[in-house]
Amino acid sequence: MKKYWASYPYLLWMVIFIFLPLLLVLFYSVTVRTEEGVRFTLEHFQRFMEPIYLKVLYRSVKLAVICTVICLVFGYPMAMVLAGNHFKRKQVMVFLFVMPMWMNFLLRTYAWMTLLERTGLINAFLSWLGLPSLNLLYTEEAVVLGMVYNFLPFMVLPIYSVLSKIDKSLIEAAQDLGADDVTVFRKVTFPLSLPGVFSGITMVFMPAVTTFVISRLLGGGQFTLIGNLIEQQFLVVGDWNFGSAISMVMMLVILISIGVMSKYEKENEGSGLF
Amino acid sequence: MIRLLKKSYAALIYLFLYAPILILLVFSFNASKARGNWTGFTLKWYLELFQDRQIMKALYHTMVIAVLSSAIATVIGTAAAIGIHNMKKLKKKIVMNITYIPVVNPDIVTGLSLMLLFIFTKFRLGFVSLLLSHITFNLPYVILSVLPKLRQLDKNLYEAALDLGATPFYAYRKVILPEIMPGVITGLLLAFTLSIDDFVISFFTTGSGVSTLSIIVYSMARRGINPKINALSTLLFVAVLLLLFIVNLRTSGTSHEHKKRSEQKW
Repeated sequence: MKKYWASYPYLLWMVIFIFLPLLLVLFYSVTVRTEEGVRFTLEHFQRFMEPIYLKVLYRSVKLAVICTVICLVFGYPMAMVLAGNHFKRKQVMVFLFVMPMWMNFLLRTYAWMTLLERTGLINAFLSWLGLPSLNLLYTEEAVVLGMVYNFLPFMVLPIYSVLSKIDKSLIEAAQDLGADDVTVFRKVTFPLSLPGVFSGITMVFMPAVTTFVISRLLGGGQFTLIGNLIEQQFLVVGDWNFGSAISMVMMLVILISIGVMSKYEKENEGSGLF
Repeated sequence: MIRLLKKSYAALIYLFLYAPILILLVFSFNASKARGNWTGFTLKWYLELFQDRQIMKALYHTMVIAVLSSAIATVIGTAAAIGIHNMKKLKKKIVMNITYIPVVNPDIVTGLSLMLLFIFTKFRLGFVSLLLSHITFNLPYVILSVLPKLRQLDKNLYEAALDLGATPFYAYRKVILPEIMPGVITGLLLAFTLSIDDFVISFFTTGSGVSTLSIIVYSMARRGINPKINALSTLLFVAVLLLLFIVNLRTSGTSHEHKKRSEQKW
């Protein structure tokens, strides 16, 4: 079966629409257009080292880390509940958990706008209780909330799938040897679930650090993240060179985080890239 | 006791996940523009939605792009999967790594890099550039849906067909293709859903005058709350639910894995 040629249209397609565009980003990030033509430079990366831009990078990473930690703290117990035998129709429960993810994430984010805004439901409820209304929308907390809401399933699902694959006899063996529930969790269940935890951390951290929509809609443009910065450079300022340089930095952050995490992620079938 | 605690914890998480969506759906029927209070049932936002020519045009674009991009990606991707399946180990590994680039790369980078390509080659940004971009990000998902089916395939089937006098092409059409069809259809539906769902890549690769629904939602939401979006959300949610139901009937069990991969993109 020598049918390699069947994949040639695809390979050509990927070279044109994936490989070349990324080369262009690299090219723009290290060049500058002058009167004599285009010359090599690292000034865009140097410019990114200025405090205002580093602050944006710092804020992006900070919010993404906060979001990841919250997702882990609330997601791990949820994964345990889903993996345990608490529900008669486990598959249905898992399906119900996944379903909101299929709604467009813009709309999921927008849903929170309608809840958090000044005349929104939460403030209406507060005033019904006779409490003063709060400034909820367009805050850093709202951005984190939107991230957690959108990305929580990415934390729960990998942990859930690892937890439900754990050999029950290992847990029984630990119990037979006299371990109490806490010890079983600490010494057996949790270490065995670590691949899922690392996979979940990657899958939450990555979209959280690259988003520009959530921060724009729920942060109202006051909390510029690295994604917003890139968007601005390309679509508002028109400085492709600087925008490309920031994109390279973002890809670097992603590559590093995937690299670190995949080291711990065992038997992750399919991710041949790293 | 602990059982009850666990169940109520799960209930709280489900409430967190569903409450915003349900409120959005319910308030799409609210007469008043302010979301805080319910002032009566109305369908006027739906009416306004259907009378909004800009939104109807965007709906048309979204559907045409989704149909065309998923169909083209399915054809190219299925052929590619057959080719990749027959490759030797090293070559296969290289090609698979290329396939994973758009999956792993942040959407914003994929989007702006495509935009750079189009502008650099003086290609007009608009419907065609949007379509090409959608095909590009759909392709890996088609391949990833079809490849497992090819792996399950009995090699002898193809050889038996050849022994019985079929030409290679005829054997592929009559023997291999029917066998991998479930994977092909899953890939098609997945590509279709992803295309409808995409915002970031469309946002960067479209030109003036051509918008998709996601782009409209974003530009409307950026200006604040608009009840028309609620109505639109309700319709889109129902549509996605229907699609999801079909996909799930076909491949109960594998769809989580796909979604996991696809959502990773942004």
